Amino acid sequence: MVATDVKRAGRFARVRRWLSSLRGGRGALVAVRAAQLLGGAMAATSAGAVTLPEDRAEAMAHLYDGGGTKASGPAVLVRKSVNDQLALSASYYVDMVSNASIDVVTTASPYHEKREAYDLGLDYVVRDSLMTLTLGNSKEPDYIADTWGADISHDVFGGMTTVSLGFTHGSDRVGKKDIGFFDTAHHWQYRLGVTQILTPRWLASVNTEVVSDDGFLGSPYRVARVFGAAVPERNPRTRTSRAVKFRVIGDVGDRDIVHADYRYFWDTWEIRSHTVETGYSRYFGNAWLADSFVRFNSQHKASFYSDNATSETTYVSRNRQLGTYTDVSVGASLSYTFAQVPGVYDAKVHAGYEFVHYNYKDFTDIRTGSLYSYNASVLQLYLTANF
Amino acid sequence: MHANPMRAAAALLALALCGCAPIEPWVKPYERERLADPIMQSQRDALAARHQEHVRVVREGARGATGVQGGGCGCN
Repeated sequence: MVATDVKRAGRFARVRRWLSSLRGGRGALVAVRAAQLLGGAMAATSAGAVTLPEDRAEAMAHLYDGGGTKASGPAVLVRKSVNDQLALSASYYVDMVSNASIDVVTTASPYHEKREAYDLGLDYVVRDSLMTLTLGNSKEPDYIADTWGADISHDVFGGMTTVSLGFTHGSDRVGKKDIGFFDTAHHWQYRLGVTQILTPRWLASVNTEVVSDDGFLGSPYRVARVFGAAVPERNPRTRTSRAVKFRVIGDVGDRDIVHADYRYFWDTWEIRSHTVETGYSRYFGNAWLADSFVRFNSQHKASFYSDNATSETTYVSRNRQLGTYTDVSVGASLSYTFAQVPGVYDAKVHAGYEFVHYNYKDFTDIRTGSLYSYNASVLQLYLTANF
Repeated sequence: MHANPMRAAAALLALALCGCAPIEPWVKPYERERLADPIMQSQRDALAARHQEHVRVVREGARGATGVQGGGCGCN
């Protein structure tokens, strides 16, 4: 989760529980409790102190199905505070992949594999700052990725502005089924974000991120086409990318929320991308929350990408992820609070669905000779509890 | 009409003093009730955000600035 959001969630946790208490409407006891909590929250806010995010548990089943690829699995996360300043978290995430994508069926054989990821986190609060340390490990039979990261977010200007900084380093071992691990890759991610309260109803944020990569940055299985012949793809061993994202979110009615995002991405492989998203969220009563969004992404290809190269070059790739394409998503989700004791805990069940259409401008389906496109579905079913 | 140098100096001094004064937060803590609602968070649920981010990073050339910590693929 974005560090700023975690921090804001923590700072507002007591206010939120106060709101829940009022909605629950349990008479004088609730009113007294609400007054105590609000008073505490105000005192905390006015004193400028940040509080830890609430203790939390999440359990999810996820599915991606599209273009001949299915990836599904469970995921769990638990976050528990040790004291007022320190919280620990752990998560486990599984991807069970069944791959018969167009790359695979036209150049290799369909396969199944499992990816498991473990993450540990530590949140530490000091006055107006929240510091987060993370450790991660992701493992599949031919790829192992280890990451560590540090994030800090700091409130300034009376809590009106939150500035966040982050860094992640990734160290990967790259392998191939028949030859084992043969190369490495390293990734350095630098993040900077600012979230600004504009009005009592509107927030705006700007996030930027620079990612530098070094090492084997392709797939040992993928082939390119040069003069119609299949050759192993050859990617540069370095890449630096930059992205900047602007976001506004606001309450336009009685807890009717709209948001709009725009991201511009560019890198040293000459990929350019524009992404826009807009969405609407609202409550139905006190128990139901609905979200919806539309997202559009447009990408211009890497300089060495070619559907079928007609000259010999140092680098060549037919990885459609690096090509020119557009993708459009439409998504919706619904959350239901099925158990709640105001100010103590709440438990929710969520269901989310996203439909995505990918449309490639320079990637040919060599089985038919026409440009390739496909649809995908993304499904999430999960439970969350704050306690 | 001639400008009054004393008035101009006073105006400049006033502007300078305004510049030195701390800017007060224009949204007071007690006015942030709506902003405190979880519905205002861009990513409310960490696992769902991470899954969505992974699905996109694996299939799109663009990456980063989404606010999801770590990001990256961790796969080939």
